Amino acid sequence: MAALLEVKGLKTQFFTQDGVVHAVNGISYKLHEGETLAIVGESGSGKSVGVMSLIRLIPQPPGKIVAGEVWFDGRDLMALTDDEVRQVRGNRIAMIFQDPMTSLNPVLTIGQQIMEALQLHLGMDKSQARQRAIELLEMVGIPGAASRLDSYPHQYSGGMRQRVMIAMGLSCNPQLLIADEPTTALDVTIQAQIVDLVQGLKEQIGMAIIWITHDLGVVAGLAERVIVMYAGHIVEEAEVHELYEEPHHPYTLGLLRSVPRLDMGKSKRLIPIDGLPPDLIDLPPGCPFAPRCQYRTEKCTQEAPPIDATSPTRRVACWNWENVVADIKEGGIYV
Amino acid sequence: MSSENGSKKDVLLEVKGLKMYFPITKGIIIQRKIADIKAVDGVSFSIKHGETLGLVGESGCGKSTTGRAILQLYRPTAGSVLFEGVELTEMKGETLRRQRREMQMIFQDPYASLNPRLTVGNIVGEPLEVHNLAKGKERQERVQELLKLVGLNPYFVNRYPHEFSGGQRQRIGIARSLAVNPKFIVADEPISALDVSIQAQIVNLLEDLQSSLGLTYLFIAHDLSMVRHISDRIAVMYLGKLVELTDHIALYEEPLHPYTQALLSAVPIPDPYIEEKRQRIVLEGDVPSPTNPPSGCNFRTRCPRAMDICAEKDPEWKNMGTPENEHWVACHLY
Repeated sequence: MAALLEVKGLKTQFFTQDGVVHAVNGISYKLHEGETLAIVGESGSGKSVGVMSLIRLIPQPPGKIVAGEVWFDGRDLMALTDDEVRQVRGNRIAMIFQDPMTSLNPVLTIGQQIMEALQLHLGMDKSQARQRAIELLEMVGIPGAASRLDSYPHQYSGGMRQRVMIAMGLSCNPQLLIADEPTTALDVTIQAQIVDLVQGLKEQIGMAIIWITHDLGVVAGLAERVIVMYAGHIVEEAEVHELYEEPHHPYTLGLLRSVPRLDMGKSKRLIPIDGLPPDLIDLPPGCPFAPRCQYRTEKCTQEAPPIDATSPTRRVACWNWENVVADIKEGGIYV
Repeated sequence: MSSENGSKKDVLLEVKGLKMYFPITKGIIIQRKIADIKAVDGVSFSIKHGETLGLVGESGCGKSTTGRAILQLYRPTAGSVLFEGVELTEMKGETLRRQRREMQMIFQDPYASLNPRLTVGNIVGEPLEVHNLAKGKERQERVQELLKLVGLNPYFVNRYPHEFSGGQRQRIGIARSLAVNPKFIVADEPISALDVSIQAQIVNLLEDLQSSLGLTYLFIAHDLSMVRHISDRIAVMYLGKLVELTDHIALYEEPLHPYTQALLSAVPIPDPYIEEKRQRIVLEGDVPSPTNPPSGCNFRTRCPRAMDICAEKDPEWKNMGTPENEHWVACHLY
């Protein structure tokens, strides 16, 4: 499979009064056509800023993409002019955001908002765009689409608004859909609806997806490949089955252990990851996870581990990953 | 009802037929009531000493309102709330204020629930002063003791909330609620604003405090896996009503209500092999508006097993378990 997207050494920083926030610290990865990649991390891990940087949606200033290349379909998005990027954004690469209430314009009807992209990117006239907007709303499962087109966002529920966002995202048949925590603000039963919908649409349209989330549960049923981020670095990348069977990075292992699982008996006590994520203005030398890591050795606090391939399909940034694997082999993930 | 048969002495809190309606008014000068939002519509349960009752449901189902109405932060429209046998809904003024020492709340949003202009010492110490429990040096010592108890450095007393992370702020909120030595705590989504790696820290803290101080919790949340972890018994709520209430094992092993079954099946499991094979019950549509709930059973508009009777009659709240292992459910299937 050819790579649809290749990110090389992407670095994004924010220049604030308190200092330079190192949000994304040199990440590289590839995404193939039609593939679903999940990027997992907690708040401040750089997962959102990382993908926002891809389509240059970083507010500048204070933000700045200080280094890196983003090859999309044979072109480096970082080298394009603003106008050229705008042609790609919303058209070839679409985004859906976490909060469907704040990402829709409250004073425009749903129809107007969907039709805007169709008229702008595909050059449709008003009646064509309206027809297509109805089709799109039907496709994302909104009942009575033709009559709901003239409603305003506040007349839709949270789940329906997220469906509208997805309809807008898919309106120009993108090759890549970036979904930034699209189900975090929704209830579990609605989350299940949205995940089902996106997977169905993916089979229909065949776009690649980058799904950003903090929830390792959602990822398991959705992604083919997973990238785990911590403090602006990729700490682990693996095929989804491999990751859950045998995480290599102590942080991934910690995340899996700290959440109770519904299908397992009630555990006696949760195993939290001690401490706090590091301050991105003042990152510790060495591995950023070292202060919280139970596998920490002297080397970890001095020298940051590079992200190295451990097999053709996976990479990990940890000096002691072999110890993690040995522990899992002996005692399992869930102790 | 057979819940009455349980030894009455054990029960700390008993809620009977609790209703909390919020009026919708029209007009500016003369306000006429045109409808009610039935946020909580006849909820009954009891909590025993030292127990954790989990209350789960989706947003807007009335779980937070239930918690607040129990503490009399809202005055209930109808129903009774007995705390150690004393009726709270009739209490007023000073009596109610004194009663609040026994029952405290932990809030969801650790950013909004702490006054940004007060130091940590003042935030945690304020309840001590309000209830005339400690002053001056004694207060200072008690505050430091409380901070230690929740795992914060006692030297933090002079710092402000913005200097802390979300997890640390939640610890400050917990210290504040413990200041008056309460017996009962309503924890309203105490971990949902926190990162995954921090959630476990707070849950462990709440469990430790429960065993060392003998606390009783009403734990309100939407995360079913976390609720099961912390709760002894779990109540599931939908559109202002309880649909099922039983112990944590029965609820997960043999859920009776179709809504509980759907909720459980919607929770993703962090294992791709399981997720591939899993049969999900995907509910259609959204939760109806609480101003105009469906006739009969609330859930029938989304229920995959709805029958004719569901539209006509409100299902009875009945015990399908034994008197020892109660399993309450409100559904015409049973």
